[in-house]
Amino acid sequence: MGLFDRHAGLLDAYRDVRTTGSDPFQIRMERVLSPTEAIINGKKTLLVGTNNYFGLTFDPSCMEAAIEAIRAEGTGTTGSRIANGSYSEHVALEKEIAEFYGKKHCMVFTTGYQANLGVISSLVGPDDFLLIDADSHASIYDACKQTQAEVVRFKHNDPSSLDARLRRIGDKPGNRLVVLEGIYSMLGDSAPLKEFIEVCKKYGAYVLVDEAHSMGALGEHGRGLSEAAGVLDDCHFIVGTFSKTLGAIGGYVVSDDPDFDILRVTTRAYMFTASLPPSIVASVRQALRVVKAKPELRKQLWDNVATLYDGLAAQGFKLGPEHGPVVGVHLPDRMTAIGFWRAMLDAGIYVNVAVPPATPNGVSLLRCSLCAVHTSEQLEHMVEVMTGIGRQMGVLPPPKLRAVSGR
Amino acid sequence: MRTAHNLIVENDDVTATLVSPTKLSRPEVMAEICHHLAPFQTGEKPIVGATVIAKDLAIDSLAIMDMVMELEDRFDISIPMNVVAEIHTVAELADTILKLAARR
Repeated sequence: MGLFDRHAGLLDAYRDVRTTGSDPFQIRMERVLSPTEAIINGKKTLLVGTNNYFGLTFDPSCMEAAIEAIRAEGTGTTGSRIANGSYSEHVALEKEIAEFYGKKHCMVFTTGYQANLGVISSLVGPDDFLLIDADSHASIYDACKQTQAEVVRFKHNDPSSLDARLRRIGDKPGNRLVVLEGIYSMLGDSAPLKEFIEVCKKYGAYVLVDEAHSMGALGEHGRGLSEAAGVLDDCHFIVGTFSKTLGAIGGYVVSDDPDFDILRVTTRAYMFTASLPPSIVASVRQALRVVKAKPELRKQLWDNVATLYDGLAAQGFKLGPEHGPVVGVHLPDRMTAIGFWRAMLDAGIYVNVAVPPATPNGVSLLRCSLCAVHTSEQLEHMVEVMTGIGRQMGVLPPPKLRAVSGR
Repeated sequence: MRTAHNLIVENDDVTATLVSPTKLSRPEVMAEICHHLAPFQTGEKPIVGATVIAKDLAIDSLAIMDMVMELEDRFDISIPMNVVAEIHTVAELADTILKLAARR
């Protein structure tokens, strides 16, 4: 058996995808023009699938901060945080994020993936119990493979399902850690966090909330779902990313736990990788200031969510269960989703296509993510284009014929 | 359904007769597994103990985990993910369920 034979099934599926003429997993941004536009296949294309929720990738103050940092400290740290890769700016960034949440401690990682992978796998070990939502991100699933704790899945967004699983553990010794996400990345739905917290309290379980898609978008100060639900103090660990609202790359975890800093010498994904380069640290620090200074970006984002979500819903598209910065559009199967995706790209609109096994319950989706700086004209145009394609492909019913006089 | 487990009866013999009818039987577990796997059956080949779940059926790893979650609730047990990873056949799944249910 050859090394790649185990992937034969996936290869077949992938071949199917490519026969449509364009490979959604190898799309090239020939030139990025702004947070909302790029040149793809030689054509100016509207970007509605980049997780760039506040549009800060081209914020002049963030760009200038990054450029200044490169001039002052060079292009990279060439070392890990436990060796030569801790600069004053990394420490300052950690302090600022901790303050943003009103928590005592923060650790910064080189990616959000590594933050989940490292923290979750370090927090629980043999004889502990790790409980995860069925729709958890790949970084959470991968953390499960790196721990010797007993891992149990509960039904997506279902506190009673979590309750049953905590109850079944009974009085066995060992810590219980429950991992939740603020906003789930495929359908844009948020967790019933308050109800989950009540269940966790009942069984004395620790709570970790991943706010990757909700930082900036939710809460009065943009801290995420934990702030919006009023349970920030009950969340023992909050994980987040710099690669979405903050427009760069990196991850973090904050906590009030007095022994938190021990994670710096137990978390392999923190210890054995190079730290963030000075330019990223500088742009993220500036982006955090922008998030604090411009709450209007949050309002603009949600206005745009309403324009797209309500517009598509009115045309009869089947969408994720609630308004969110991610809008998932359900399509009947993989090939329809890919054909639809390609037709949109031809019409100059880029979104993500998400098909099994990357999606919950085997659904096929077009995954749209909104940006505060999308204009309503751009989004209304998108609804029109999607409605047209939807009718052509038979995903939407034909338009209702209006009574026309004189015929 | 499982209330008999909670009955505390002084007489040992009576307890035994009360508990035994609610004890899980292997055919019962097999029937439940087959019911949950039926949607993934390919062709006419029946689902039996020797059926290799990930190979003989049209089911991906995520759907296997979802099916396990249904069985967990049906039998009021939790099957940890690392245990699921070691299960290959329908018979092995039934054994695991019976073992965990007996420990309850």
